Amino acid sequence: MKKDIILAGVGGQGILTVAAVIGLAAMEEGYKIKQSEVHGMSQRGGAVISHLRISSKEIFSDLIPEGTADIILGIEPMEAVRYLSFLKTGGRLITNSTPFVNIPDYPDREKLLSYIASLPHSIIVDADKIAKEIKAPKSANIVMVGAASPFLGIKKENLEKAIHILFARKGEKAVNSNLAALKAGEETVADKV
Amino acid sequence: MKKLLLLGDEAIAQGAIDGGISGIYAYPGTPSTEIMEYVQRSKIAKEKNIHRTWSTNEKTAMEAALGMSYAGKRAVVCMKHVGLNVAADPFMNSAITGVNGGLVIVVADDPSMHSSQNEQDSRYFGKFAQIPFFEPSNQQEAYDITREAFDFSEKFNTPVLIRITTRLAHSRYAVQLSGQLPQRVTSFPENPKQFILLPSIARKRYKSLLNHQKDFLEEAENSKYNKFYNGEDKSTGIVASGIAYNYLMENYNGGKCPYPVVKISHYPVPENLIKKLYDETESLLILEEGYPFIEEQIKGLFNLGKPVHGRLDGTLPRDGELNPNLVAKALGIQYQQAFNIPDFIANRPPELCPGCGHIDVYNALNEAIEEYGNERVLSDIGCYTLGALPPFNAISSCVDMGASITMAKGVADAGVFPAVAVIGDSTFMHSGITGLIDAVNDNSPVTIIILDNAAVAMTGGQPTSGEGKIEQICRAAGVAPDHIRTFVPLRKNHNQMVEVLREELHYKGVSVVIAKRECVRVLQRNKKLKKQTIKT
Repeated sequence: MKKDIILAGVGGQGILTVAAVIGLAAMEEGYKIKQSEVHGMSQRGGAVISHLRISSKEIFSDLIPEGTADIILGIEPMEAVRYLSFLKTGGRLITNSTPFVNIPDYPDREKLLSYIASLPHSIIVDADKIAKEIKAPKSANIVMVGAASPFLGIKKENLEKAIHILFARKGEKAVNSNLAALKAGEETVADKV
Repeated sequence: MKKLLLLGDEAIAQGAIDGGISGIYAYPGTPSTEIMEYVQRSKIAKEKNIHRTWSTNEKTAMEAALGMSYAGKRAVVCMKHVGLNVAADPFMNSAITGVNGGLVIVVADDPSMHSSQNEQDSRYFGKFAQIPFFEPSNQQEAYDITREAFDFSEKFNTPVLIRITTRLAHSRYAVQLSGQLPQRVTSFPENPKQFILLPSIARKRYKSLLNHQKDFLEEAENSKYNKFYNGEDKSTGIVASGIAYNYLMENYNGGKCPYPVVKISHYPVPENLIKKLYDETESLLILEEGYPFIEEQIKGLFNLGKPVHGRLDGTLPRDGELNPNLVAKALGIQYQQAFNIPDFIANRPPELCPGCGHIDVYNALNEAIEEYGNERVLSDIGCYTLGALPPFNAISSCVDMGASITMAKGVADAGVFPAVAVIGDSTFMHSGITGLIDAVNDNSPVTIIILDNAAVAMTGGQPTSGEGKIEQICRAAGVAPDHIRTFVPLRKNHNQMVEVLREELHYKGVSVVIAKRECVRVLQRNKKLKKQTIKT
């Protein structure tokens, strides 16, 4: 078992939480993980990337080599495409469709989404809309974990367990919102599996 | 013993706690900040009453750690690479005094400058001070080396430097903990003159340091952190230091590298290990994160002998951090890149947070300074450095902690009026006060804007040493009370802010304008914490 995942988004979108949920679930399942994060200046509304590596064997590099990632998981569509050079042949790009526009030269949305749709094995999910529908508007990031869940090679109950552990501090309501987000994300890709 | 999933920074922190420290000293700086933060959260640190509050700057941190060592206890001091420039004076002299309790200096370098002004390689500082230093290649080594470094420090009566880089600092892996070593009791140095660096004593101390050099080298030659791995293919021998070793092994899928390899994590550079590699191979490839430190030493001035490849001959880029792909290229391994990034992808630079008070200050400053131009606005290190980017384009410099005030003074001395400094509250406390005193003593016509958001914001909102004291400090430094002005940076106060700034820009002496409003992120975090506390 080896899964290399690039997590992409904008500072403040909850990339590190996504990494923590998937990473913890992988560990629950007995795998080794290595996960690199971005701290400091880039976290201020800039492009943020996390390299998450899951393996049953020892993991050496903290960075995933370009051209070898199994999955790019985007919480923001342009950010998902920014790291396309990491994706391997046959790799899967799974992204939220809602753009985070805080720059004047953000690309045309239709052009961006049709480009993503043209990539082999890509999945586009309107995570912001789904999160609002289930009344968990802050959980778009966990909707995306749900959308990626069939492709992670990790059991659903371990992802749920990770959510229980990580959100316990924030109270029962936060745990339930995020469990609902995970489920909704998974359901939305049911026809793609 | 249990395993924990730790950032490289956290592994160092846990290693220091388990190594028996009685104190950790630091000033926040990416990528080193999380070391102190981990100790501050640690229950064991609390139980053991480990000193763990932030210092005003890296120099005060280094000196306090040296003081704790003088008093017989173990101490660690942590900083980012440029912080060691600030602490360089006590750092260099600590090599001469030596230690009493174990003393470890942790420096986190930032190659590729993810959050920094340069990518200086702290291994040169280790060599400069002529002390032993370590470069862990992974989180486990970061823990083990730190835990053992205090014993090492005491055994050879020397401070020890540990150098890490961004990718190790901010990457998590499971770390196997070892037992906790005991803290030490207070005791003064056996030699009462050890720490008195009067020339006559310093000369003896320096000779003692020089006499230790052969011990340091011998330790590195026999270190378990330096290893010689045999390989069948003698066409190339590889030297890989720190995390470069991981990038090498990544290219062989964690299996066997066909070439002989010397892995280095313990310095000075182990000469015999490299000599053995040199003798049995036809050429060398040097992989190191940072400057060509080992490469230059092997090559020497004239590169007499076998070919040595690395950053100096273009086999690897001269600047920036390494990654598995760059190392693959140096090894002649081809990666298939499946996808290219389309050209419509736009850059997304960091920006000031919505609602940040700095935005209001820059909007007011830009209006007030319009008749003069922004070339005369010197600034500093912090979130507000983002004022250099559109839409503000408000500042014209960012050099080092505190340089805004002193550079503005120099600009004023050169005959430019008005000259403006923009500096944050924590940066002002760190290295701005002495510059302010220079300006007051010369009555330099400078307007100093202190952005007081009550936090070290860029590094995650740590508390500042100047909270509630900025105005008093400016008065005490001798700024005329009429020219210490304060406002709250909010959009509704825009006109008042422009007016205050205009008045002070016209004043031909030192004026200080304090923009006082809490960092929005810290405010949000504190609200959240309060909510959670009420719930539980």
